Amino acid sequence: MTTMTYREALRSALRDALRTDERTFLMGEDVGRYGGAFAVSHGLLEEFGPDRVRDTPLSESAFVGAGIGAAINGMRPIVEVMTVNFSMLAMDQVLNNAATLRYMSGGQLNIPLVVRMATGGGRQLGAQHSHSLEGWYAHIPGIVVLSPATVTDARGMLLAALQHPDPVFLFEHATLYATEDDIDEQAGPADISHAAVCREGQHVTLIAYGGSVRKALGAAEELAQQGTHAEVIDLRVLRPLDMETVLASVRKTHRAVVVDEAWRTGSLSAEISARIMEGCFDALDWPVERVCGAEVPAPYAKHMEDASLPQVPEIVETVQEMFV
Amino acid sequence: MSESTPSGGVHPEREHALLLLRGMLLIRRFEEKAAELYQAGKIRGFLHLYIGQEAVAVGAMQALTPDDAIVATYRDHGHALARGVPAGAVMAEMYGKANGCSRGRGGSMHLFDASRRFFGGYAIVGGGLPIAVGLALADKMRSDARVTACFFGEGAVAEGEFHECMNLARLWDLPVLFLCENNRYAMGTAIERSESVTDLRTKAAAYAIRAETIDGMDVTAVEAATRGAAEAVRSGGGPRLLEFETYRFRGHSMADPELYRPKEEVARWKEHDPIAGFIKRQRDADRLSDADLKVIQQAVDLEIAEAVAFAEAGAWEPLEDLTNFVTSESSR
Amino acid sequence: MAEFLMPILGADMTAGTLVAWRKQPGDRVERGDIIAEVESDKADVEVEIFVTGVLDRILVEPGTKVPVGTPLAIIREEGGAAPPAATAAALPAAAPAPPRRPAPAARPAAEGGRLRISPSARQLAQQLGVDLSGVTGSGPDGRIMRRDIEEAAASTAGALPPVELDRQTRMRQAIAAAMARSAREIPHFHLTTTIDMSRAMAWLSAENARRPVTERLLYGAVLLKAMALALRDVPELNATWSGERVVPNPAIHVGVAISLRQGGLVAPAIHDTDRQSLTELMEKFRDVAQRARAGSLRSSEMSDPTITMTSLGETGAESVFGLIYPPQVALVGFGRVAERAVSIGGQIVSHPVVTATLSADHRVADGHRGSVYLAALERLLQEPSQL
Repeated sequence: MTTMTYREALRSALRDALRTDERTFLMGEDVGRYGGAFAVSHGLLEEFGPDRVRDTPLSESAFVGAGIGAAINGMRPIVEVMTVNFSMLAMDQVLNNAATLRYMSGGQLNIPLVVRMATGGGRQLGAQHSHSLEGWYAHIPGIVVLSPATVTDARGMLLAALQHPDPVFLFEHATLYATEDDIDEQAGPADISHAAVCREGQHVTLIAYGGSVRKALGAAEELAQQGTHAEVIDLRVLRPLDMETVLASVRKTHRAVVVDEAWRTGSLSAEISARIMEGCFDALDWPVERVCGAEVPAPYAKHMEDASLPQVPEIVETVQEMFV
Repeated sequence: MSESTPSGGVHPEREHALLLLRGMLLIRRFEEKAAELYQAGKIRGFLHLYIGQEAVAVGAMQALTPDDAIVATYRDHGHALARGVPAGAVMAEMYGKANGCSRGRGGSMHLFDASRRFFGGYAIVGGGLPIAVGLALADKMRSDARVTACFFGEGAVAEGEFHECMNLARLWDLPVLFLCENNRYAMGTAIERSESVTDLRTKAAAYAIRAETIDGMDVTAVEAATRGAAEAVRSGGGPRLLEFETYRFRGHSMADPELYRPKEEVARWKEHDPIAGFIKRQRDADRLSDADLKVIQQAVDLEIAEAVAFAEAGAWEPLEDLTNFVTSESSR
Repeated sequence: MAEFLMPILGADMTAGTLVAWRKQPGDRVERGDIIAEVESDKADVEVEIFVTGVLDRILVEPGTKVPVGTPLAIIREEGGAAPPAATAAALPAAAPAPPRRPAPAARPAAEGGRLRISPSARQLAQQLGVDLSGVTGSGPDGRIMRRDIEEAAASTAGALPPVELDRQTRMRQAIAAAMARSAREIPHFHLTTTIDMSRAMAWLSAENARRPVTERLLYGAVLLKAMALALRDVPELNATWSGERVVPNPAIHVGVAISLRQGGLVAPAIHDTDRQSLTELMEKFRDVAQRARAGSLRSSEMSDPTITMTSLGETGAESVFGLIYPPQVALVGFGRVAERAVSIGGQIVSHPVVTATLSADHRVADGHRGSVYLAALERLLQEPSQL
């Protein structure tokens, strides 16, 4: 056991993969000389050379598509798109090629591609740099969408993604990179099919992913002091959703709150809410509540941005009102 | 075949000429049949015919080995057939049958045959270029001396992907053979109306990629140019671009009333029909007799008829298989 | 002969207009010739013919719009295969629809409007056998929550599912809870009247003399029928108190109080009491009493009564001022039938009389209406043959 930051955990997974599988290579903007925009790939260029750690031009569509082509042709590329905000430029390759070629060719092509992206807001980076679009990706059949919220999962889920035969999109909430935790650095690939109950409780189920998991846990802590014990579920996998874990919890607690940083309308939280209703309607003692991002482009000023994102007090208040 | 070739014995040039002719005729007849079947409702969706451009697919394919990779566009029947994808599998795919080359999942625009390294069939203009770059990248990283041939139309040159891919291919010295079929019209928009600089060689030069412009109606010229360029790419010289000046005799797709180009222009280009032109040149050179032609035509007609029968007889994929192949786990 | 059909020229073309014929009957046509001009939604397109021969007959005149696949002309072919019929390629038979979600379990019929209740509370109520009409909701807009059901179950009114273990204790507890709740929540008032039963008893004797022993009527059946019929005059006494309001009941199901040998009381419903004949009432009463004592009443019998009748029988007190079983709003109690002095036309005579007491919910009825009820009851008992 050792202590690592989230970014170090990702790096350790990348390093292991580059060392053990010569088909693996990393490409993206500033992953080499710069050491990675979020310092995830720091040192990897020096260790593995420019063939395995490739700095790309600012050509998201080309290098994501190239990742697809290379994967079709037997490699195991890891494409780093700096943030989900820039991934829009590659959306055609993602949607019409990565997610679609296997199906459209009648099963002839495998695309073992991993695309990693930073995501989320809360750092006063303005409207064009603060998006949470995991829900858009989770909408698309043909790909796997992961959202590691812990240091252990950062390493474990990336390792698992690299062994997966289909395209995997791994979202790293930008506020998590510096978080630190104990980790078993020998641990291998993590499960990438199930959600995790990271805190048990019997009064209400809080469902969150990525950067919102810590907020849900914070809210649970506060609520516990008031005598309301919340169960917190870290979704971990956004596509395919592990609804069994969620439903089992809601059947126990009869109340659910989904915390989702994305805009409320058409967000992943809406899908989860619908599935809870479909799956355990009779268990509900209260409508499923959602705490989501406000329907505004992200403002720059801190107080405004904070108000536009889910926060612990808001989650606590939402739960309290379910018990009035 | 010697008993049915009255013009003489086996001659490599003659053999090759017959091969080229058969290849082009197969595509021509196939496309005509496809048009007929589309109007009859057997083929649905969109149908983009390659009639008039046969020399490019057939000629270029001569320069490629079975190990090379091919990326094409939605106007892909000719490329698939020239690559050796069985006509029946292509026809059945357009019918939507399970014995189609893409199991009926893709249709006319999405022909795939991984065993022949024919990697589609893309409906988004420019969408195949990044894939081609990636295929080539893998070969380069493994030091596989293979070429990725990327066919695209001149309309794709306006897309950002074209520029990103040309740049990246040059930057990383990737073995991509960019093959631009300039048929002058991107659906209904002539190249003069969409490109500030219509000379594609200039664009390639901007990325330090050597480019040539070839008469795309002359299969011999196409073959020669492609052989040369492919050799250069294969031997590690980095990407090359060939621009083939060609013309489609039919509309962009079946629904196109062709309001955007004058009939006289079409007629003029038809005078350069790649097949008629080739036949004439081969006849003049005594490499082709009427009997040869007849034999080839009959063989092609038979092949087409068998392809149609194959498609007609094909089964529909069962509905229970709807979710197969979305992911690897959902495959049988 | 081959047909030239209206072709499909675009992905969503369903019909086209023949604009002009380029060939005339008698003209020779070759495969690939343009034979006509057709207009689809988008534009005019030249259409080629795929057979070689002579144009025999034109079937559709220029300017006509027809569905795709419609024959436009007949070609007299020379050799060559007929063009394929322009029918849509036969599609596979529709697969069975994806499995539908199982139909939701039947819910209890809403009593006079939708009940606001959480799904979980509703399910719990079913599980615990709690009668929803008696539950007050503590959630928003009076929504019934799980906690309300849990509370109600603890103070359940007479809902005694047949359970072997500790039935006695549970029943006692349930009765205790129900009575306590009744006393706590319902503002009772009581009206009594003494009813001359001579005619009823005389009629009963004569009637029973004519019947085989097994079909003889008890006077309780007569009382039961009369008190049920009397409700038609004062239907508000047959209602249900649900939350804040009275919900009338279209049917009259009298719960008949039956004492059990081991002690304890149940009051199962006899459905549609007012419509049964005395014979039927007797049968039903016998059946219900027997099952009550055997402990095999149905839960619907326990929750269905719209009003309760209690009769102290021959050894009981003279009158009974009973407690109403919530969510009912009335209870009719009869003391024992006893010989008493009554004044008839100024003369004192001895007649069998019974004291009937109406206990009613003052939120629903008042003394006047109660009196009307008792008067009706008295009237009915004077004409026993009409019952």
